[in-house]
Amino acid sequence: MDLKVMLDVQKLRKDFPILNREVNGKPLVYFDNAATSQTPKQVIDVIIDYYSNYNANIHRGVHRLSQEATDAYEQARIKIQHHFNAKHAYEIIYTAGTTHSINLVANGFSSLLKKGDEIMVSALEHHSNIVPWQMLCERTGATLKVIPMNENGELVLSEFDSLLNEKTKLVFVNHISNALGTINPIEYIIEESHRVNAAVLVDGAQSCPHIKPDVQALDVDFYVCSAHKMCGPTGVGMLYGKEEWLKKLPPYQGGGEMIAEVSFEKTTYADLPHKFEAGTPNIAGGIAFGAAIDYMNSIGFENIANYENELLEYATEQLLQIDGLKIYGTAKNKTSVISFNVGNIHPYDIGTILDKMGIAVRTGHHCAQPIMDYYKIPGTIRASFMFYNTKEEIDLFIASLKKAILMLL
Amino acid sequence: MTIQEVQNEIIEEFSMFEDWEERYQYMIDLGKTLPLIDEKYKTEDNIIKGCQSKVWVHADMNDDKVRFTADSDAIITKGIIAILIRAFSNQHPNDIIEANTDFIDKIGLKEHLSPTRANGLVSMIKQIKLYAIAYQTQLN
Repeated sequence: MDLKVMLDVQKLRKDFPILNREVNGKPLVYFDNAATSQTPKQVIDVIIDYYSNYNANIHRGVHRLSQEATDAYEQARIKIQHHFNAKHAYEIIYTAGTTHSINLVANGFSSLLKKGDEIMVSALEHHSNIVPWQMLCERTGATLKVIPMNENGELVLSEFDSLLNEKTKLVFVNHISNALGTINPIEYIIEESHRVNAAVLVDGAQSCPHIKPDVQALDVDFYVCSAHKMCGPTGVGMLYGKEEWLKKLPPYQGGGEMIAEVSFEKTTYADLPHKFEAGTPNIAGGIAFGAAIDYMNSIGFENIANYENELLEYATEQLLQIDGLKIYGTAKNKTSVISFNVGNIHPYDIGTILDKMGIAVRTGHHCAQPIMDYYKIPGTIRASFMFYNTKEEIDLFIASLKKAILMLL
Repeated sequence: MTIQEVQNEIIEEFSMFEDWEERYQYMIDLGKTLPLIDEKYKTEDNIIKGCQSKVWVHADMNDDKVRFTADSDAIITKGIIAILIRAFSNQHPNDIIEANTDFIDKIGLKEHLSPTRANGLVSMIKQIKLYAIAYQTQLN
């Protein structure tokens, strides 16, 4: 079947009010989706509806509004549970986003690790999945090991095998690299790590907009993501944790909601998931996160992946025809992220000129300096696509890029 | 020329450009022709690390006038540096302290001085002022 028939992109684009705007007098071409995706009106409407009709604090009110808000918030948690196929809804912890989720786990492990233990992180990580573990090592005396990458931006699994041992307690890897788009073989990493009883945390910030992970099939211990990368609002995300692990981890922050009983002598913590959800949460955000998941599922992740792969192939083909252009991250298995440079032109210069022509790309080190150090470059230009992007936009991007190169050479 | 006179001259030059392309082409050309900072001053001490581009700034004083040299790894940043140096270099430290950077708005380059750009230019202006304050203290 023709893929274009399965995905009516022009119709979908109408769901995104922002795609109608102009930048510097030119129609916006938004290719910075790996940083944040745009929000469809179906999700925006949910936020407006919440604040217009049932804004109230949740879980503790006896009044009607509080009940409605609590129901909507908990319904969204169940949507998230079903989407990721978690066994229980209480294994889904609402957080402020991926970084918050990672910090929550890192903080919890500081009471479980001791000197001599090892934790492992991949060379493809975002700073948010490096720094918390370095801090954890400083606190506990554990050692941080790094799974290296090769020239194509793929993890070297033989090195992973030889680094893994009985001292390894935790392994952290992103499902998809934000800087290069590489899809990592997390199934293999999880299976092997479990052989030595190491827990695995997968950072799904970049995968969740493109694929639908099944946490039970993966047998992953922790899986984290942000709503704003998958058509949801900013400031909300989730931590999936296996029940046994979430029970082992101590609470992250103290406050209301996370307690069962409080006296000045002793406080008993609430059950999951509330143990990790101190204070008034981002209620509208949580509900809208559920709406974003509904929206993406209504399009279908298989359709999304197929179409985005088409965009990726098309853009890669067009880009490679440009003299001196080098793509970083050429893994066989990758998503619709293209990181590149042209000759010796600084990425900032190209990004600046593209912006003048209404094209939004990301430039810089993408919070993944170790990757840039590996390639010995100051950064890259990164174009990342979502299902609402089109081949026509790619054509415009290529033409603008050629013009930028002419100006800068 | 005073700093104000130089700035007015720059504003007048930029007013002749018809669109952003001419403006940026001019800056790119400026970036390419900017006399480079002496390699010996491209040290870790003189570097301003922006997330996007790096900037090096060096200053010295002769005959009560501060002279700046600078460089960047990005050419548009370098072009803006050339404009800033033209406005502030070879001036009395006190004049540099009192001068403002409004002219950057007037020539349509304000966005480059936004902290969110993280290109090192905001810190560079701060650095220029700090050098001026330091040299002014020497003169007092």
